[in-house]
Amino acid sequence: MKELTFILNGKEIILTADPFKRLLDVLREDLKLTGVKEGCGEGECGACAVLLDGILVNSCLVPVGLVAGREVMTPEGLAETEKGKQIVEALANAGAVQCGFCSPGMAMAAAALLETNATPTEEEIREAISGNLCRCTGYDLIVEGIKEAAKREAGL
Amino acid sequence: MTENISAPVRRVDAIEKLTGRARYISDYTFAGLLHARMLRSDHPRARILDISVPELPEGYFYIDAKDIPKGGKNRISMIKDDWRVFAEGEVRYVGETIALIAGPEKEKVLEILSGITVIYEDLEPAFTLEEGLACKGGPIVGNDNLYGEYHLRKGNPEEAFKQASRIIKDTYLTGFQEHLYLEPQGMVGTWEEEKVTLYASAQCPFYIRRSVAGVLGVSEPEVRVKQATTGGAFGGKEHFPDVIATPLAVAVNKIRKPIQLVFERIEDISYTCKRHPSRITIKTALDSENNIIGMDIDTVINAGGYESSSLIVLQRAILHGISVYNIPNAHIRGRAVATNTFPSDAYRGFGAPQGLYAIEVHMSQVARELGMSPAEFKRKHFIKTGDTTITNTTMKDKVLLKEMLRKIDTLSGYSEKVKVCDRDPLKGIGIAFANHGCGFTGNGEQEIINAVAEMEHLADGRAALYVSTVEMGQGLQTVLRKIAARELGCGIAGIVYDNPDTSRVPDSGPTVASRSTMVVGFLVQQCARELKARWGEGPGVRVRKQYRHPEGLTWDQATLQGDAYPTYGWGVNVIEVALDPVTYEITTTGIWSVFDVGVPMDELIMAGQVSGGVIQALGYGALEKCEVRDGRFFQHTMADYTIPTSMDFPSVQNAFVENPYVYGPFGAKGAGELVFDAAAPAYADAVGHLLGKKINEIPVTPEKVMEALKR
Repeated sequence: MKELTFILNGKEIILTADPFKRLLDVLREDLKLTGVKEGCGEGECGACAVLLDGILVNSCLVPVGLVAGREVMTPEGLAETEKGKQIVEALANAGAVQCGFCSPGMAMAAAALLETNATPTEEEIREAISGNLCRCTGYDLIVEGIKEAAKREAGL
Repeated sequence: MTENISAPVRRVDAIEKLTGRARYISDYTFAGLLHARMLRSDHPRARILDISVPELPEGYFYIDAKDIPKGGKNRISMIKDDWRVFAEGEVRYVGETIALIAGPEKEKVLEILSGITVIYEDLEPAFTLEEGLACKGGPIVGNDNLYGEYHLRKGNPEEAFKQASRIIKDTYLTGFQEHLYLEPQGMVGTWEEEKVTLYASAQCPFYIRRSVAGVLGVSEPEVRVKQATTGGAFGGKEHFPDVIATPLAVAVNKIRKPIQLVFERIEDISYTCKRHPSRITIKTALDSENNIIGMDIDTVINAGGYESSSLIVLQRAILHGISVYNIPNAHIRGRAVATNTFPSDAYRGFGAPQGLYAIEVHMSQVARELGMSPAEFKRKHFIKTGDTTITNTTMKDKVLLKEMLRKIDTLSGYSEKVKVCDRDPLKGIGIAFANHGCGFTGNGEQEIINAVAEMEHLADGRAALYVSTVEMGQGLQTVLRKIAARELGCGIAGIVYDNPDTSRVPDSGPTVASRSTMVVGFLVQQCARELKARWGEGPGVRVRKQYRHPEGLTWDQATLQGDAYPTYGWGVNVIEVALDPVTYEITTTGIWSVFDVGVPMDELIMAGQVSGGVIQALGYGALEKCEVRDGRFFQHTMADYTIPTSMDFPSVQNAFVENPYVYGPFGAKGAGELVFDAAAPAYADAVGHLLGKKINEIPVTPEKVMEALKR
């Protein structure tokens, strides 16, 4: 067990954990942040995606020891930011949500994309969410939602 | 409220799902929660000679058939009740549940599991359709390994084949398909108010209740099932949750503590039901003017180790066996064969996609062999209103196929693109039609389900909706609210519709068979109408409506004759593809669809169903290889069982034709399965067109393209 300090959703936290425990489990079990979902546990589906220093990562592949001194943003935190709110609103309005199990991860992928590319093309959007599997939507309305989110963010 | 019912509203569940607030089964917390894992068979066909369990630490439990209470039975009711809760004496497939281990620490449970030794005496297994039909190793069931066999006959097919000037015959193969809902299977069982309560990721709370009650030997109301937010299902959470619920309920009944049983992904792919593989042989008799005068279709599906719902799947496969065509003389034989693979069960389409794949690809191949355009050849044989169906009654739907063909031709440029592709060896275009019977087969809605819906005027001025059909991603929470609100003349926020709890809602049937919007939505509409008329009576008024079969329909379940479905959804897909001659990879360059779903209850939700259904079907047709090796699914992770990503297919260009159905709310028909039906055959047809070769097996992987080119 080790004491770890990191920034979680904008606030510094200190916790004691096995540094090899998956970030996914620390978030879900120790911190009760269940917005990250376990879809596969092997980095294939993206349902557990978070931003680590702004970069999209699958929290099932990250040992919590690696986040010491860094910034982690989860779906709960994203929903509180101004840009995150625009993404959530845009995806909701576009009909991008069906069963919803991939949706928090999709929102994280959209945030990671729009952080570096404010005016993505359809192809760039499709590439940005290609690590996030969705079995319900066929992706079309998610792509539309992210296009709309880009427009909304431009208006901020 | 003068707006068109199809005008989109924002889904009621979108924000809570996007922000991570929606609670799925693995997000539930219970004090003192125990974790359970299944001990499963790792032999495909064997006698169990001995099971040795190490001494269990305090607080850990080993649960098996001996723990089923007196009066209960070791059988799960899934249409047929042959599937065992716990294997006893023998195992029929890899993954069969033998026991449950439960205790406070997950790691300890796994350690106990790995310390258990099962001694088997192996028997010779049968895995493939052919091995099953040949009764390899001796029959698993009966004396012929068939769970059932059906025949449909129309006209005089033998005579038609005698008269034929030409006969074309081919065999079509489809494989297993895994649902791969993003949320794995899971459930929590608790002991509350002196009874077993199950919190479930599931489509059919009352199915679970019935299975569990039978296993515990209690009355159905003595079991309570509450649906948790369900992260995708596609049929995979229709019957299979009973396989989790029943051993879990036995454990809860014994231990009286909350127990969680959630599958990891590798367990979920390895040890849950898949779509039935099929082998369909079609023989077509043509006259001298290239009209089809007869067809003979032989359909075999691989049902696996237990029957469960396979005969109903088989019925749907043969009832959709001649697709949207009027064939004057036809014989369809259907057989469901037992093998030692994991039992196959419900998957979106429920047999229809297999039947439709074979006939649609076959019709295109026959057209090309005759030098005709597939679209033209298919159009020539379209069924019309009043024609005789394969079950010897009249087609009562208003059939809009010709209008749909014109529409998709305009949308896709099919007629022109066919000519371009004919000249270009690297391009192909395919077309496939489908119809899909809405609701249960025959009189099942009346005889088996007899759905009930209720509504109540609440004290706060809102209205509550009580139904057992669930939201699983398809948008039912929003659509049923829309229907009720429209009738009541309020906004959708004026309707309360909680996830079903069997102790609080009537049984309006399972969330399956493209029935929820059409059948349950119609009951909701009637409830709302009566509630509005009685609104002045004030809060507390509760109204109840029961299903009534549309008048003028007949059905004989013993002979499968009459109106097989109250109505059909209709559809057509065009798919355009290109070939990379170096890698043999096929790229899909265009996807078009036109559907008749009556009246869409929400254009945006339906757009999501269309894109989702079509892309899932293209996964089936192009990508999703699932083989059995030594009785195990060889592909069992998300890395090797590959579903479509956002990069694999372009967007789906869709249009609807409106065709209101009088027994559906605001004219709606079923849609959830129809949108899956035509894309895989359209894709196989496109690849066949491109290669100038017959593509008779899906998925059409690059390896198959390479083999076809070398033929």
